[in-house]
Amino acid sequence: MAPEPPLLTMSGITKSFPGVRALDGVDLDVQAGEVHCLLGQNGAGKSTLIKVLAGAHQPDDGRLTWRGEPVVLKSPIAAMRLGIATIYQELDLVEGLSVAENVHLGHEPTAAGFVVRGKAAKESTAALLKRLGHPEIDPARLVGDLSAAQQQIVSMARALSHEVRLIVMDEPSAALDPDEVDNLFRIVGDLTAAGVAVVYISHRLEEIRRIGDRVTVLKDGRAVAGGLPAKSTPTREVVALMTGRNVEYVFPDRPPATPAESTPILQVRGLARDGEFEPLDLEVRPGEIVGLAGLVGSGRSEILETIYGARKPTAGQVLVDGRPLRLGSVRAAVRAGLGLAPEERKAQALLMLESVTRNVSVSSMSRFSRGGWIDRRAELGAARAATRELSLRPDNPSVPVRTLSGGNQQKVVLARWLLRGCRVLLLDEPTRGVDVGARAELYAVVRRLADEGLAVLLVSSEVPEVLGLADRVLVLREGSVVHTAPARELDEHRVLDLVMEGSPAS
Amino acid sequence: MTQHASPPRDNTGKVPSVGQPTAWRGLFVRADVRTLSLLGVLAALIVIGGITKPDEFLDTRNLQLVLTQASVIGVVTVGMTLVITSGGIDLSVGAIVALASVWATTVATQEYGFAGILFTAVIVGVGCGLVNGLLIAYGGMVPFIATLAMLASARGLALQITDGKTQIVTVDGILDLGERDAYVLGIPPLVLVFAVVTIIGWLVLNRTTFGRRTVAVGGNAEAARLAGIDVRRQRLYLYLLSGLCCGIAAFLLIVLSGSGQNTNGNLYELDAIAAAIIGGTLLSGGRGTITGSVLGVLIFTTITNIFALNNLQSDVQQIAKGAIIVAAVLVQRRTANTTT
Repeated sequence: MAPEPPLLTMSGITKSFPGVRALDGVDLDVQAGEVHCLLGQNGAGKSTLIKVLAGAHQPDDGRLTWRGEPVVLKSPIAAMRLGIATIYQELDLVEGLSVAENVHLGHEPTAAGFVVRGKAAKESTAALLKRLGHPEIDPARLVGDLSAAQQQIVSMARALSHEVRLIVMDEPSAALDPDEVDNLFRIVGDLTAAGVAVVYISHRLEEIRRIGDRVTVLKDGRAVAGGLPAKSTPTREVVALMTGRNVEYVFPDRPPATPAESTPILQVRGLARDGEFEPLDLEVRPGEIVGLAGLVGSGRSEILETIYGARKPTAGQVLVDGRPLRLGSVRAAVRAGLGLAPEERKAQALLMLESVTRNVSVSSMSRFSRGGWIDRRAELGAARAATRELSLRPDNPSVPVRTLSGGNQQKVVLARWLLRGCRVLLLDEPTRGVDVGARAELYAVVRRLADEGLAVLLVSSEVPEVLGLADRVLVLREGSVVHTAPARELDEHRVLDLVMEGSPAS
Repeated sequence: MTQHASPPRDNTGKVPSVGQPTAWRGLFVRADVRTLSLLGVLAALIVIGGITKPDEFLDTRNLQLVLTQASVIGVVTVGMTLVITSGGIDLSVGAIVALASVWATTVATQEYGFAGILFTAVIVGVGCGLVNGLLIAYGGMVPFIATLAMLASARGLALQITDGKTQIVTVDGILDLGERDAYVLGIPPLVLVFAVVTIIGWLVLNRTTFGRRTVAVGGNAEAARLAGIDVRRQRLYLYLLSGLCCGIAAFLLIVLSGSGQNTNGNLYELDAIAAAIIGGTLLSGGRGTITGSVLGVLIFTTITNIFALNNLQSDVQQIAKGAIIVAAVLVQRRTANTTT
């Protein structure tokens, strides 16, 4: 018998958008039953490639073959009919509909062609959820009431509700806790055992090592390496392929320990919010980076947002330079010299229709204006100086912020606070959605800002990031600080033990 | 006036080269595609008017009339554009114009003469805007609902004040403003007011911190809040401004008609929203253009005039307006799609 043709072959796929060649002749082949990982920096063309695969984008050139037959994916429905399902990073669920309704959206089981058979939908949904290891999710619940991890499961159930041969997962683990990631991997294992192919996109190399069979690396719209063995290719080689350079030292050097006697800029005393986090004390000195490590749901983001005044605490005090801050007021916090780089950059920080300049200047407009009148030359000059200092690319503050990569968008947020002259920087997941090469650069920027005398409070779900960047680490579990230590005295296992210790084994 | 589009609002979606934004550089050169197409439509309408009714349409008096009619709705549209840019909507503008026009023309008010009428119209407008703003910014009401409630109550109050009767203005100063003697270099004073309001509106939106905050609130209210902008105060001010524009428009209407009526300003909200939308202001907020809105108003008013000159009834006018709104939005979507 002749060898099975690959399930899917993409060859010479080209796709241009005005001014950008997103894909420049990409080849990809996927075998039935394998986990094929797609790696690449932001802007390398991963998203465009999976949209072509999902039928959402039409390639300008190139060929697709599906089980040996040439195909054209005219629309997402055409892709779905072939058995290609895509789970996007931004979940596309309808919050106001139930789990079962979401799972069957667009292909509801019907009687007489139009009457929705709700019971049948619920039963098949329950079966799918059980198969996915989450029988506790009630098919009748509203999706909006579920946690992010549960929503991800629903999204996956929706993909599996079709006859599926290939599932594309775009950073499925980004919003998940370690035990949920384990469940995800189990699901992936079950799928591939049943002959389903999985195209898996992730920034996390260690995940790819765990579940991947082969790796294709994209760079600048080309596949620079196709079908590498996922488990045996050295990390350095993968990083070199992605970035075009060898990244050995990702984290910048720490300065000699900050003198403990220097006065802290930021002091938090007994700050608490009912149901979110227990009374918390912490101090950050100028030049110091303090990290908060903890799982999703441990109250990390809530703590930052409460310090920043975006949430009102039920108890406690925040002092800047020894002076208490009016609580629950973002404006008071900003005036006192606090700046926040929030977790959801696009939703919480950026004005996506606006230029870099306007995004940078938005918190310091009074500096370029007299009587409300904006001096646009001064504004542009200041924005240019602030973005140059962070080596923003492209080096043109007039471009729309939406055209920048994730790492550069984050730099825009930092430049905003730099320009404002902020003294305490609160960073919430500063490298989410930022690729490996750009991460190292962001770390260096944060360290440099600290060296210049800023106090930095960092939250991240990636333990190595907290350990590598922070001077001092507070480990959080279920809203309380369980351990405080200098970062160099901790390692990843110790921190993971601390955050998991005693937590219910759900 | 031509839109000096800043880079991110560049409707072509192309990234302009790095440039120093000197105050007036390119004011007439860097007109964007949308503004040019609106100017094209207006030019085409003028040609059509000139061909179908050469003597009547191009007559100076007729052109003065068109501009005068555009002034009242135009002033309302400037305020509406700012509100929509901030992600809001003001359905009450027509009703506020009606209420302000009748309150300013009661017998009691008219005793205070010119200043009394002007003052009352403006104060009633600002007062209604204040109520809208407080309900929306601090009462947490959805703009659609709050201003819908204002629409109903202001119309009702206007009817109560007039008892459905037309209130004739007897103050000479007011009536004189509408006379030809008051024209400045052939331009009616009402049109001058419109021009001034337009220029101020354009400057506010494009050159001031207030305008920036308006765009920021409309583009991403949460990001604006976390950037340290007082979103609620900004919203309050915007509805106040819209109310102020309605008060000014009511005064213009009093001058134009020599009276105050509770039926004034009927469906102004729809005309103002339509003009803003075809001008290129995003209904979802975050992008607004005063220039586009004013061109939108001029296009609508010119159509109405041409139809009237050609003895076409208002039903046909309404159909044409609807068709233009659909066509304009479709064209804009097309331009947006090809450039992103």
